[in-house]
Amino acid sequence: MTAKTHFTEIEGRSPGYLALLAGLVVLIGLGLLAAVLKGTHGHYITGMNNQVVWGLPHIFAIFLIVAASGALNAASFSSVFGRVAYKPLARLSGLLAMTLLIGGLVILVLDLGRPDRLVVAMTHYNFKSIFAWNIFLYTGFLAIVAVYLWFMMERRMNRYVPVAGYVAFLWRLILTTGTGSIFGFLVAREAYDAAILAPMFIAMSFSLGMAVFILVVMATFAGTERPLGDLILRRMKNLLGIFVAGVLYFVLAYHLTNLYATRLHGIEAFVLLNGGIYTFLFWFAQIGLGSILPLVLLFHPVWSQARRVIAAAAGLVIAGGLAQLYVIVIAGQAYPLDLFPGYDMSSSFFDGVVATYTPSLPELMLGLGGTAFAFLLLLVVMKFLRILPTSLADDKVDPQVSSPPSTAQSAPARA
Amino acid sequence: MSTENSANVSRRQFITGAATAVAGLTVAPGVFLLKTAGAANGADPAKRWGLLIDTSKCADGCTACVRACHEENGVRSLGRPKTDAQWIRKVHLTERETGHQHSLPVMCQHCEKPPCVDVCPTKASFIRPDGIVLVNKHTCIGCRYCMMACPYKARSFIHEPLTDQKPHSPRGKGTVESCTLCVHKVDRGEGTTACVEACNKDGHRAMVFGDLNDPSSEIAQRLKREGSTAVRADLRLNPAVRYQGI
Repeated sequence: MTAKTHFTEIEGRSPGYLALLAGLVVLIGLGLLAAVLKGTHGHYITGMNNQVVWGLPHIFAIFLIVAASGALNAASFSSVFGRVAYKPLARLSGLLAMTLLIGGLVILVLDLGRPDRLVVAMTHYNFKSIFAWNIFLYTGFLAIVAVYLWFMMERRMNRYVPVAGYVAFLWRLILTTGTGSIFGFLVAREAYDAAILAPMFIAMSFSLGMAVFILVVMATFAGTERPLGDLILRRMKNLLGIFVAGVLYFVLAYHLTNLYATRLHGIEAFVLLNGGIYTFLFWFAQIGLGSILPLVLLFHPVWSQARRVIAAAAGLVIAGGLAQLYVIVIAGQAYPLDLFPGYDMSSSFFDGVVATYTPSLPELMLGLGGTAFAFLLLLVVMKFLRILPTSLADDKVDPQVSSPPSTAQSAPARA
Repeated sequence: MSTENSANVSRRQFITGAATAVAGLTVAPGVFLLKTAGAANGADPAKRWGLLIDTSKCADGCTACVRACHEENGVRSLGRPKTDAQWIRKVHLTERETGHQHSLPVMCQHCEKPPCVDVCPTKASFIRPDGIVLVNKHTCIGCRYCMMACPYKARSFIHEPLTDQKPHSPRGKGTVESCTLCVHKVDRGEGTTACVEACNKDGHRAMVFGDLNDPSSEIAQRLKREGSTAVRADLRLNPAVRYQGI
C-alpha cells in the first residue's frame, strides 16, 4: 500500500553532530553544577522561597513532561488512527516522547529538597496523592513506549504494534490528566482547584508536543540531509494549528468560568489586568505571540507554505507554552491565599501581599540541563538505532503523490 | 550481510535489555508497597489536641507566642525573610468595610482532614491518632507539594543547612516543617505548648490548649459555651485550632 520505508542510523561523525553533542554536554554539566550547588547550600540560592515554592525548574519539567506526551502524536496517528503518512515518523515520535519525559523527570528529581531520597519516593506510596500516582504514570509511560518502539522495530513483533499503540495512547491521556491534576486537585489556591486543568493540560500536550516534534523533524532531516517533503510538514502544521486553537478554547473556558464567580474576581484581575509580569506574559507571550500569531502563520494561505514560517510558528508555540506554564505555576502561587475573606491581611510571613519571585541562574541551569539531557539521549540513540527514515519525500509519504507541488496543494490535509 | 545480521542481533539485545530495565524500574516500587510510613506509636486516639485563640485578648504588637515557639523549637531567623522558616506568625487584620483592626497568631491548624497529608507522595506528612499533624523528617523528600496544598500557609521549607537543632525538634535542610503543637511537650504529659505558656506568662491568656474530645476540659467547655470560628471553614477540613472574635 505504501512505499517501503527504510530506516537508518544517523552517521554521527560530522563536525556539526559532535559540536551539538559537546554543547549539550556543557549544558548538562551546568545543570549538574546547579544541582550540586543547591545540594550544598540549599534552595536559598534559588529564587524560590516559602511563598513561591515551585519555580523555573518546575516550569521546564512540566513543559518537558507535557511535551513528551504530545511528542507521541505522530506514532498515535499512525498506529491508532491509521494515518499511514505518519508511520515513517512513529519511531522518532516514540523515542522523543521517552527522552523528553526522562529530561523532565531528571529536573524534578534534582530540584527536590532531598534528591538523595529518591528511593524513598519509590518505596513509600500514598495512593491519595496524585504525585504518587504520577510516579507510576511516568515510569509506566516509559515502559509502554519502550515496548511500543521495540514492536515497531522488531519485524516479528510488528503485528502487535496497533495494540501497543492503543495502550500508549490511552496511557498518555491518563498521564497528562495526572500532570494537570497536580494543580487541579489543589483546593486551597484560587488559581487551581479546577477540573478543566486536566483536559487543558492534555490540549497543551498535543500542541507543545507537536511543536517540538515539528522542529525536531525539520532539524534532524536537515542535519542528516535526508529529503523531507512538504506533504508531511503541511499535515503536521495544520494539526499544530488545530491544537493551538484547542488550547485557546480551554484557556477561554477556564477564565470565563472563573470570571462568573465573584470569589475568583481577585485572582482573575491579577492574571488578566493588574498582575504586572504575569498579565504581560498572559496577553503578550501566551495569547499574542504564542497563540494568535502562530495561528495566523500556520493558516495564512501564502506564508504557511514556507518552512521557515512553519518553524517560526512552532517556536512561538513553545515560547507561548512556557509563558502559559509560568503564569499557571508562578502567578497561581504569587497571588496571596485569602485566609480571612473581607479583611486586609499583613504579617512578617508575607500574608496578604503578592509574593515576589525572580528566577535565578541555578534554576535556569537546571532547567536547561534537563532539556539538554533529553536531546542528548535522542541524538545518541539515533546514532545507534534505526530511528530516522531515509526519506520523507512526498512520494514516500503518500505513493499516490507523483508530482508533489501540484497534487499536494489540492490534497486535503488529513491527520 | 553477515555484519548486518550481527548488528541486528546486538540491537535486538539492546532493546530487550532496555525494555527489561524500564519494566523492572516500574514494577520494583510495587514490591515494597506493604511498607508503611512509621505511624506514631503511643498517641492516644481518644484525644484530639487543639487550641482556642481569643483574638479580643491577643494584644496588637505582642509576639510572645512567636518568640516562645521559635525558641522552644530552635527556629532561628537567618535574616532572609523570604526563605526563613516561621512556624507561627502574628497576622494583622483590617476589616475592609469597617476599618476594624485586630491581630491573631496563625500556625498549622492541625486539620482533621489535612490537605498536606492527602497530597504528600511518601506519607511523610501524617496525622497522629490524637490529631497532631506532623512531617516525618526521614521520609520527606522536599517536593513542597504540601506547601502548595496548605490553605493556611502554615509550612516552611528549609532552604539552607542547619546546625544546633534541638533534640526534641528534628529539622533539616531540604525538608518541610511546621508547628508540631509542641508534640514533645504533649508526649511528656505537660498538657501545654510553648506559645500558650508564653501568652499566659505575659498575662494575656488569649490561648488555651487542650483535648477537644474531653467534655470536661477548659477548651471543650469554652468552645461549647462561647462558640468559635474555623479559618477557611468553607473547606470543611475541621481544624483543631479555633478562633474567637473574627
